[in-house]
Amino acid sequence: MIPIGEIVRLSIQSLLRNKTRSILTMLGIIIGVSAVILLVSIGQGLQNYITQQFESLGSNLVIVLPGKVGGGGGGFGAPNIAGSKLSLGDVDKLSRIGGAVESVGAGIEMPSSVSYLGKTKYTTTAGLTAEYQKMRNLTVSSGRMMSESDNRAGRNVVNIGPGIVDSLFGGANPIGKQITLGGQKFQVVGVLSKIGSGGFGIDVNSFVVLPLTTAQKLFGMKSVQAIGIKAKDKDSIPEVIRQVKKELSKRLKEDDFSVVDSSSLVATINQILGVVTLALGGIAAISLIVGGVGIMNIMLVSVTERTREIGLRKAVGAKPKDILIQFIIESVTLSVVGGGIGVLIGFLGALAINQFISTTVTFWSVALAFGVSAAIGVIFGVAPAASASKLNPIDALKYE
Amino acid sequence: MSVLISLSKVTKTYKLGDDVEVSALRGVDLNINEGEFVAIIGPSGSGKSTLMHMIGILDQPTTGTVELEGKNISKLTEEKLAELRNKHIGFVFQAFNLLPRTSALENVELPLIYSGDSALVRKQKGEESLRVVGLGERMDHTPSQLSGGQQQRVAIARALITKPSLILADEPTGNLDSKAGDEIISLLKDLNKQGNTIVLVTHEREIAEQAKRIVEIKDGQIISDKKIK
Repeated sequence: MIPIGEIVRLSIQSLLRNKTRSILTMLGIIIGVSAVILLVSIGQGLQNYITQQFESLGSNLVIVLPGKVGGGGGGFGAPNIAGSKLSLGDVDKLSRIGGAVESVGAGIEMPSSVSYLGKTKYTTTAGLTAEYQKMRNLTVSSGRMMSESDNRAGRNVVNIGPGIVDSLFGGANPIGKQITLGGQKFQVVGVLSKIGSGGFGIDVNSFVVLPLTTAQKLFGMKSVQAIGIKAKDKDSIPEVIRQVKKELSKRLKEDDFSVVDSSSLVATINQILGVVTLALGGIAAISLIVGGVGIMNIMLVSVTERTREIGLRKAVGAKPKDILIQFIIESVTLSVVGGGIGVLIGFLGALAINQFISTTVTFWSVALAFGVSAAIGVIFGVAPAASASKLNPIDALKYE
Repeated sequence: MSVLISLSKVTKTYKLGDDVEVSALRGVDLNINEGEFVAIIGPSGSGKSTLMHMIGILDQPTTGTVELEGKNISKLTEEKLAELRNKHIGFVFQAFNLLPRTSALENVELPLIYSGDSALVRKQKGEESLRVVGLGERMDHTPSQLSGGQQQRVAIARALITKPSLILADEPTGNLDSKAGDEIISLLKDLNKQGNTIVLVTHEREIAEQAKRIVEIKDGQIISDKKIK
């Protein structure tokens, strides 16, 4: 009986004798495996990033958003920010609930530009109440936060992120300086620390924060875009949601607002991104199948091309089983080596893309892509190998 | 001299399509003894190739029996036949049938891979076998680096390596010029002198006459069988 190690050696030898063809054949698998790993890592990275963003919003937070935002029922709609019917009056009413409601804050966000001495920076400006700044875990590294009295008075004061300090002031101390925002002068009273959340996908580093009422005047808005309600503890969140809904329903229609808690929002978004990740992985997996068909094609050609070789091997004593195993091992070697290279490229690719958008390589995607490629080698290798093993040595030797 | 291979009342019928049958062999009786040098000669279509396949146990008869060293092979499985070929028959083909891009030594070692010999034993026997055919200096050359005559010597070394009971050469000079062909025939003669049994299949009378016994086949039947020396 011929040992399996010997057949493996034979298989690898014959692959090495056709280097170019072997590499080209592997290419399909390499592309398939690296695409699966890469796309899944992007989807997963996005998921982690968004979860992080929500977590930095603070815990035990109930958020009121304008319009219908999915959560229950599996659907997910974007909040209707432009048509917001939420107002500061609602904020006051909600803060009078008391009980499990610890504090209530509100905010709006608008893209805008800030300038100082001819230098301009485009960024996102937020108008936040003092309470909402706390909910977002915003703090200052120098100067002071904006107070409730700044908000009540609608003073033209501003907190800016460290990135704005760098680009407008070249790193010099900006406290007390006047910057221009939407044609009005604002006094810088504080520089934000790097922690906390600027909002979804917005870096606190280049954030500009005004008192809410000041921002409303500046942008000519009467409504607020979001109301944050901090619950006393995790257990009281359902009660808070119930009370908030009850209070708002007095004035607004059911479709005008949505009440969500941060953890259920995260769960919903994760669910959606999970589906997107799977879809991306699935599309990439198709290229794996195509790669497998490529292997099968080449192996079939190889059987035809090597008919004489197979005949000779059989004449000198190879059993059908020996030929079968040799051809299966050849295709498995192609797919496993291709899969290995694909994993490596997928990893490096994810690392490179991570410079621009965050990627997370997951173990399951690597295991799946590699496992599928190895399985493809077996599945698509069996048919050609079986036809090789069934060749009659006489016919094979006569074959020109 | 004991009987090495014995065919009795062997027929072989091939089916072409549903109704058409071709009888390639029609009742052949043939004994080949140890140490013989037999030439099988006949025009193309005579059944000579089919006869060679029976002797080389590459194929089984439709009726009749083929015995190798007294053992009937007619009912054996393909696996068992492969084993017997590996052990008892050394093949030399017209087209050499060497593996391309593979060194002479590795080509010669091929049958030993299927008999399960270790790499060390294979190398040792392969080198010895190549020296017997006079190619001790060209073991690392690939077929494309060798002349036709040299390639056929590699093939003969491959046939010799298992120390087979029988060397079966199918038109071994067919792809060679006359000088290289003569050299191959004299190599086969030498091997026979050293005790190897050789069956040479050819359609050229000149070459057949180099053997010690000529079996002539026509229309699937042996028409003459005579010793010449």
